[in-house]
Amino acid sequence: MNAPETMIMNEWVKVGAIDDIPPLGARVVKSAHGDIAVFRNADDEVFALLDKCPHKGGPLSQGIVFGRHVACPLHNWSIGLADGEAVAPDVGCVRQFAVKVEGAQVFVKIN
Amino acid sequence: MKKMKLVMVGNGMAGVRTLEEIIKISPDLYDITVFGAEPHANYNRILLSPVLAGEMTLKDIMLNDVDWYEANGIRLHLDKQIARIDRIARKVVAADGTEESYDRLLLATGSNPFVLPIPGKDLPGVITYRDIKDTNAMIDAAGKYRHAVVIGGGLLGLEAANGLKLRGMDVTVVHLAEWLMERQLDKTAADMLKKSLENKGLRFLLQKQTTAILANESGRVGSVSFSDGAQIPADLVVMAVGIKPNDDLARAAGIHCTRGVVVSDTMQTYDPRIYAVGECVNHRGVAYGLVAPLFEMGKVAANHLAHLGIGRYEGSVTSTKLKVTGVDLFSAGNFQGAADTEEIVLHDAIGGVYKKIVLKDDRIVGSVMVGDTGDGAWYFQMLREKQNVAEIRDHLMFGQSHLGNTGHQGQSNAAQMADTMEVCGCNGVCKGVIVKAIKEKGLFTLDDVRKHTKASSSCGSCTGLVEQILASTVGGAYAPQLNKNKPMCGCTDHTHEEARKVIREQHLLSIPAVMHFMEWRTPNGCASCRPAINYYLLSTWPHEALDDPQSRFINERAHANIQKDGTFSVVPRMFGGVTTAADLRRIADVVDKYQIPTVKVTGGQRIDLLGVKKADLPKVWADLAMPSGHAYAKALRTVKTCVGSEWCRFGVQDSTQMGIDLERAFAKMYAPHKVKLAVSGCPRNCAESGIKDVGVIGVDSGWEIYVAGNGGIKTEVAQFLCKVKTADEVLEYAGAFLQVYREEARYLDRTVHWVARVGLEYVKQRVLEDTAGRKALYARLLYALQDEKDPWQARAQGVAKHEFEALTV
Ligand code: SRM
Ligand SMILES: Cc1cc2nc3c(=O)[nH]c(=O)nc-3n(C[C@H](O)[C@H](O)[C@H](O)COP(=O)(O)OP(=O)(O)OC[C@H]3O[C@@H](n4cnc5c(N)ncnc54)[C@H](O)[C@@H]3O)c2cc1C
Ligand code: SF4
Ligand code: FES
Repeated sequence: MNAPETMIMNEWVKVGAIDDIPPLGARVVKSAHGDIAVFRNADDEVFALLDKCPHKGGPLSQGIVFGRHVACPLHNWSIGLADGEAVAPDVGCVRQFAVKVEGAQVFVKIN
Repeated sequence: MKKMKLVMVGNGMAGVRTLEEIIKISPDLYDITVFGAEPHANYNRILLSPVLAGEMTLKDIMLNDVDWYEANGIRLHLDKQIARIDRIARKVVAADGTEESYDRLLLATGSNPFVLPIPGKDLPGVITYRDIKDTNAMIDAAGKYRHAVVIGGGLLGLEAANGLKLRGMDVTVVHLAEWLMERQLDKTAADMLKKSLENKGLRFLLQKQTTAILANESGRVGSVSFSDGAQIPADLVVMAVGIKPNDDLARAAGIHCTRGVVVSDTMQTYDPRIYAVGECVNHRGVAYGLVAPLFEMGKVAANHLAHLGIGRYEGSVTSTKLKVTGVDLFSAGNFQGAADTEEIVLHDAIGGVYKKIVLKDDRIVGSVMVGDTGDGAWYFQMLREKQNVAEIRDHLMFGQSHLGNTGHQGQSNAAQMADTMEVCGCNGVCKGVIVKAIKEKGLFTLDDVRKHTKASSSCGSCTGLVEQILASTVGGAYAPQLNKNKPMCGCTDHTHEEARKVIREQHLLSIPAVMHFMEWRTPNGCASCRPAINYYLLSTWPHEALDDPQSRFINERAHANIQKDGTFSVVPRMFGGVTTAADLRRIADVVDKYQIPTVKVTGGQRIDLLGVKKADLPKVWADLAMPSGHAYAKALRTVKTCVGSEWCRFGVQDSTQMGIDLERAFAKMYAPHKVKLAVSGCPRNCAESGIKDVGVIGVDSGWEIYVAGNGGIKTEVAQFLCKVKTADEVLEYAGAFLQVYREEARYLDRTVHWVARVGLEYVKQRVLEDTAGRKALYARLLYALQDEKDPWQARAQGVAKHEFEALTV
């Protein structure tokens, strides 16, 4: 793969079809900013967060997705998919990326 | 839709807790208005005593401040007393004329202190003990005067007396009965309590009836006189002789009241639009005076107000703890005993320890303890759950620490711990941090403490200690969680057992079907209920229910164990711990080819390859060509063996082959939690069969089978199940035992937890006595395992490819 840094700065990047992501699941997209976790929930909403739990860096893409949240696989913090915020009483926030779905294609804005 | 109007009268602990519950489950249903007679938002009334004692400030004990009401869109009228309810116009009217109409009305007016009808009761300086105003009056008096007389030697009276003493007053407690707290303590306990309070400088006058309170020359209280003619000086008189439910409003509105507003099991009064909770109610003839029952009421009331229509309040058993620092006292249930009860008593008058447990038909019905109350919460839980204690009766008196369940450094008594001592070894939480969180954040339950401090939220071995800390910090307000009807999680009020039952009876085959049928509150559950339901479906309907990988923890979805850096570990199966040169050579080649950083021999007699990248997993498995060891799964893990009769000079049975046979038969067996077996070739027991879920020990005449051992967080020795003659019988009995466990235990129960709950007798009845039942169980296990594919080989061939590959951009 050629260096994505130059190609995808500040652009909507097509990451694949929505059906590539299992409902209530996630896939990882490798980017210049590190791994990005792209989630799909039961209502086919799609979200993208940096794949790094604000607690100790756990890979959120590997967690269990429910409603609009994901439970981190390492110590079970709940992270909001829509805002990246940890659910109280835990405190922390993970970087978010804008997402859009056009047709059956998912795009993530990487900037 | 226009919101319905909910009005609450009485802004105290029970009412606000009910509102919190409503907001949690149905935030948009009601437009809420609250009237409170006090000028403060909701505070923790039970912590008034520490405030009086100077251990806390008013600010510390606020539970919900004004901002909370605002953030939740609740209209709050402070300092406004409701004067009447107009049931026809469906509105309430306050003393100052403010009106508010309602669709539903919630009465939570608490109770009023009882005032003795004696001359002088209205003099300045005579007060009761109920709210912030009273507490401030006492603090104020303590700064100016010398003699305090507390009338009433119950819980409140003693806490008031202790506080006033600490603030420098000379305090006399006057009590009518023969001993203190006669409704919670027997005479022995009360005498010990009296002695320890006397050591703190309090004075007591027992069996004294107060006849009058007399004024001094300036018109303020000056002395108290008794029926025997005696008289003592008093600059402050606190009456703490009892409470009566505050049902005036309801009574005046024509709602049926006896001693309190009469409510049904759904917390409705005789007017179904009007609910009542807290100390103002009378439920099945009982008016409660402690917080724990009020919270249970609040939960039920909220549930019905939110139109969910599940849950009934069926009454509570309460316990008492005195919140006087340095005095340890606990009482619950029928502590006096009766003709048909037995007592276990430990009394060490010099050491200041007294413990009494009252038993009826092998169940605890009451308990009273002074000096060492560490196990109060534990006894109380068994009392409420009506647990049969026949099997642990010998150890009962020595407490839970005797059965394990201690803090990280092995402490078993919270009271003796310094604030800086570590309670939770997994998360590094000290006692002081827990106490602080309980007080400042107003926590009442174990779950609350887990959420806010993380203590006891990982391995759980310090749970007993955390419960003690809770109990001693919040007093009788703490109700140990009832195991029996504990809901699965916040998504539902149903228990694990109910979910299993519905899945079986309704023949449900998918998670959405279960959630729909059982009216889950959340659209697709959470990370705690979904894996449980997925397991219940698969274990109830093997080959029928469809597995949902998204409802499995990552380890079971990726079939490898996630590590802290996001890489995975791979542990191939080595049946019975026996390997070959060819297998070892292949493992070595894989390690080289994929540059696996660590190779380790595990505690389970096999080899762990640590630090494998997720994308490499399918290739590693293909190259290994060995079956999955399920080291990552709630499933059969290892079967440890010793060399046995084939080589060992002591061996009497071929334990290695027995272990291999067991592992081959039960590999791929999913279970509520991980399952570990061991087989030793003689009673020297080199494979440690005594601490396994199923441990087998070869003896000259056959095999002994032990069950429900655990070598982990709390080491538990396995219990003897039976002795059999042949290897086939070992398979059948072990298999039947595991199958009952698979079919009936709660998800995440190890065998030891499950057997502790149902009793070994039950297991014996299912596996030993019922021969046909045993054979059927074993057949069901074999049926479930039949044709189960090896997950690694399937993935090496391309199953669930998306799980292991990143998306490319
Ligand atoms: C690898 C191993 C340590 C080692 O290097 O030897 C190990 C490693 C882990 N153990 Fe263990 N345990 C290992 C043998 C044991 C043993 C000894 C045994 O099996 O004879 C015990 C005590 C026996 C028992 O379970 O009764 C043991 C009691 C635990 C416990 C506490 C279980 C309990 O019920 O008290 C946990 C926590 C849990 O399961 O919730 C745990 C959890 C873990 C986890 C899975 C923690 C986690 O969730 O990530 C570790 C995974 C590391 C990895 O990726 O491989 N491990 N663990 C051992 C693997 C054995 C195997 O071949 O499969
Ligand atoms: C000093 C002290 C120590 C205690 N210690 C413990 C303990 O250790 N453990 C334990 O479990 N329990 C303890 N309790 C008891 C516990 O505080 C009560 O059980 C609990 O507060 C009752 O809750 P409630 O909501 O029913 O009543 P309250 O909390 O009393 O709330 C009722 C509220 O309604 C208001 N009100 C009444 N009538 C009207 C009206 N007409 N209009 C508007 N507002 C009205 C009152 O002013 C009051 O604020 C203690 C109580 C006290 C006073
Ligand atoms: S391997 Fe077991 S004992 Fe060691 S750190 Fe992990 S869980 Fe703890
Ligand atoms: S790293 Fe996510 S919860 Fe700890």
